[in-house]
Parts: sequence; C-alpha cells; structure tokens
Amino acid sequence: MARMKFLCDADRCIECNACVTACKNEHEVPWGINRRRVVTINDGKPGERSISMACMHCTDAPCAAVCPVDCFYTTADGVVLHSKDLCIGCGYCFYACPFGAPQYPRLGNFGSRGKMDKCTYCAGGPEADNTAAEYAKYGSNRLAQGKLPLCAEMCSTKALLAGDGDIIAQIYAERVTTRGYGSGAWGWRTAYKDMVAG
Amino acid sequence: MKGITTRLHAALVAIVLGLGIGLAAAPATAPEALAQAPAAPPAASEQMLFNYLQGDVRGRVTIPDQRAAMLIQPAGRDFQTFWRSTMKWIGGIAVGGMLVVLVIFYLVRGTIRISAGPSGRTIQRFNGVERFAHWLTASTFIVLGITGLNITFGRELLLPILGPDTFTAWSELGKVAHNFLSFPFTLGIALMLVIWIKDNLPSRVDAQWFAQGGGLIGSAHPPARKFNAGQKLIFWSVVLGGAAIAVTGYIMMFPFQFIATDMAGMQLAIQLHGIISLVLIAIILAHIYIGSLGMEGAFAAMGSGRVDLNWAKEHHSLWVDEMMSGGRDAAAPSGARSAGAD
Repeated sequence: MARMKFLCDADRCIECNACVTACKNEHEVPWGINRRRVVTINDGKPGERSISMACMHCTDAPCAAVCPVDCFYTTADGVVLHSKDLCIGCGYCFYACPFGAPQYPRLGNFGSRGKMDKCTYCAGGPEADNTAAEYAKYGSNRLAQGKLPLCAEMCSTKALLAGDGDIIAQIYAERVTTRGYGSGAWGWRTAYKDMVAG
Repeated sequence: MKGITTRLHAALVAIVLGLGIGLAAAPATAPEALAQAPAAPPAASEQMLFNYLQGDVRGRVTIPDQRAAMLIQPAGRDFQTFWRSTMKWIGGIAVGGMLVVLVIFYLVRGTIRISAGPSGRTIQRFNGVERFAHWLTASTFIVLGITGLNITFGRELLLPILGPDTFTAWSELGKVAHNFLSFPFTLGIALMLVIWIKDNLPSRVDAQWFAQGGGLIGSAHPPARKFNAGQKLIFWSVVLGGAAIAVTGYIMMFPFQFIATDMAGMQLAIQLHGIISLVLIAIILAHIYIGSLGMEGAFAAMGSGRVDLNWAKEHHSLWVDEMMSGGRDAAAPSGARSAGAD
C-alpha cells in the first residue's frame, strides 16, 4: 500500500495561493478555517521561500497521541483522519501539531471550540465514502474516487506534490539533482522522521 | 522575533552560499547522476534551518489567522511525548503511589482513635462560613479532579469499557463541567485564603510538630494551635496549587488571550496545569483519608462543625487553651477538664 505524503518544493512555489483556494472550494470549508495555507519565509529578502502547508499526515501523529478521546485513525494509505462525532473540541491536537493543522470554528475553549477540522488529504472521514454525511463533515473524498488531493493536482508550478511518499521523494530528488539546488522537503523530518534522500 | 528573523536570514544566506559552492561541481556530475539512480540532493536546508534556529520556523501569511504564520513548531513533538508518557508517569506515581501509601498506612496504623475516648462534650471548631468555603472547594475539586483525570487517563482506563460514543458523550459533559466549575472552585480557594491565612502562618510550634512526626508515627500528640503543621502544608498546597491551577486553567479556557499568548506559553500552561493538578490530587487524597477513615472524630470538624473536646485537646491543645481562656464555649470545661485529664 502506498504511504501518502505531501511535499512542497519551496523553490517552485510562487505563493499564488491556488492550493488554498482549491481546498476551500472543493470541501466548502467554512469561514475562518484554513485547511491549507501558504507561509512565506524571509519575505521580501534574499532567499525568500514560500511553502504550502497543511496536515502532513505524520507518522506516529502527535494529534492522535494526545487526543483524550482517541478520535484519530490512520488509513491504510497512511492518511491521518479523525471523527468529528467523537471530537470534544478540547484543542490539545492544536498544541501538539507541529504544523498548525487542526482548526476550530471558535477560538476559545470556554463554551466550546466546536469540532476540530483539518486537511483530510481529500480522503473524507469515517462515514461511508462519498456520502452526503461525509461531505458535510469532511468535504469530498477524492481518494476514494481514485484521485489525488486537489491542492497538489492543480498546483500551477507543480511545487506541491501529493502521492506515494517514495515516488514524490524521488521526483523531488531528481529535480534537485537536475537544477543543482533545493531547500529540502519542508516538514518531513518532523512529520516522518526522515529527510528526502539524506 | 527580530532575532529569529535575523538568524533565519543568516541561515538562508549560509545555505545559499553552501549550495553555491556545491553548484560549481554540480553541472559536470548531474546528468551522469540522473542517468543512474536518483542521486542524493545537497544537504537539505530544512535540516540546517532547524539546527540553526533551534525552534520554530515562522513566516508571513495572507490569511487573517496570524497564528497560521508558524510554519513548523518541532516543540509539538515534545508536547506529544510529555502528554503521552511523562504526564502519565507523573500522574500514575503521584496518585497511584499515594493510594498505595494510604492503604499501607491504614493496614499498619488503622484508624487513629481518640486516646482518651470521646468525652461526649463538643467544642465549635469551624463555623458555617468556614465549612461553606471548605465544601465549596471540596465538592468542585472532586468533580474537577475526576473530569481532569478522565482527560489524562480516561482514554486508557474508561474508553475500552464505555466504548467510543459513550466515552465521548461523558468526556464532553466532563469538559463542560470542568470549565464551569472552575469558577466556584476559584471562589472557594479565595474564601479559604481570606478566612484561614491568619491561622496558617508558620510558627515555632510547627517545628516541634514535624520533629514528632505529627503524631502519625508513634502515638505522640504534639501541641498545635488551630491548625497543625501538616494542616498548614495542606492549606498552602491548596491555596498556592489551586491558584496556579486556576490561572493555567483560565489560560487554557481563553487560549492565546493573556499571559500565554504564544504556542510555547500555551504548551507550558497545559503542562503545569496537568502536573500541579496531579500532585494536588495526591495531596488531597491523603487529606481526605485523614479527615475521614484515618482518624476518629476528625470528620465532625467539617461535618457538624463541632468536635469532641478530647479530640481537640489531643490534636489541637494550644487552640483549646486559647478557646477556653477566650471565654467562648466557657460553660463546657468544668466537667470536661477532669474527665480529660486521664
């Protein structure tokens, strides 16, 4: 089985935010919630890089480890998903997540944050694939339709790669070898405890 | 923040420079390398960035949520480790260890009786306001403690028994109770501080109490005023620990709003909240034991508010003297004085 991962080639990302928009539209993500975002490091200075970041679907995911109600699960593809029916909105996953992926309808914990929302790798949730119930809670389930996440699929510079970790790592390694530089697979060391080809 | 930006800049310059040197040799070898298996890219700069920054990677975002500007915070992994193992070990040892100690203590010492036996005469120990403050704090603390322990240990202990749906319903209810009962708990702590601080200041008598093991070991009855040294320790643990729990708790309820306005502050608040709470739960378990099962006549102090005169003389001799000389309950002693002298 493939181990699905995201890889953002920071030397290709032009900060067009199309991935952000595509994600919001595809899943009808509510106002105030961003499953994906583009962060620009060293803005306006030499060496500026933009990185598109969402849930990295970590190995040994910190969110799943700290969840008091154990609402997370990892699919056979290595995608980290969660059940909004079980989530109590405590907010601990946000503090544990190295990538700021978990989002909540409301900020405060007093009253309630509401159910956590995050990138599903376009793979829905625990409900039956591509049902209305699944769509309402988690958005569309492209993976079940044999498609990859829309953010990466429509990336104009092909900076954002999604797919089997080994294959996208190989694509990235080839790019780095060909052009002679690369700023690394952002987040991989923290998410998967490994780097692209050393 | 400025320091990080400067260091980030310096790191990127270093990376670009480092790659530049590597590039000089790259064109000759690249096609060859590509023809074979994909060659290793130059040292990944993310690794270098991490080594250089020793912390979070932050940037700029165009969305309103500025907290999203934090790209990577490796400290999340530390929080994971703390939550999954450190905290469970601390909690297990503190709470579980205390339960074991109490069971052993009970088996060895049994219930501590009033040596002279009950006199049948009682003396007012705690008035209505004092008992209200105590029970307000106590009742909310029990609910807060159970719902808090549920967040820490429920996943291992209760979830397998209740099943996911029931456990979520119970935990969600627990979370709401935990949030709202924090207010009366804080009020109780404040009330107790105001009412009892004058009786809980350290004094020379406390040293003597400690020297005699508080009477817990052996059968001595060291003199004490209204509160003995052990009770003073409980008082300060509850007041200071309770205040710390309240502050960190409100930080968690209103995240990023005050005191802890960044991720590191929030993580620290949660960790302190957890550790202090678990230690305080262990302390309070001992307090509950000695105030009920562990000592004959002790519960009445917070129950009816009146304690047996012989109990009071054994455990709070100086306080009884003060009360008698002060004229309060002055009618009681005449008969009790001779009966208590045995």
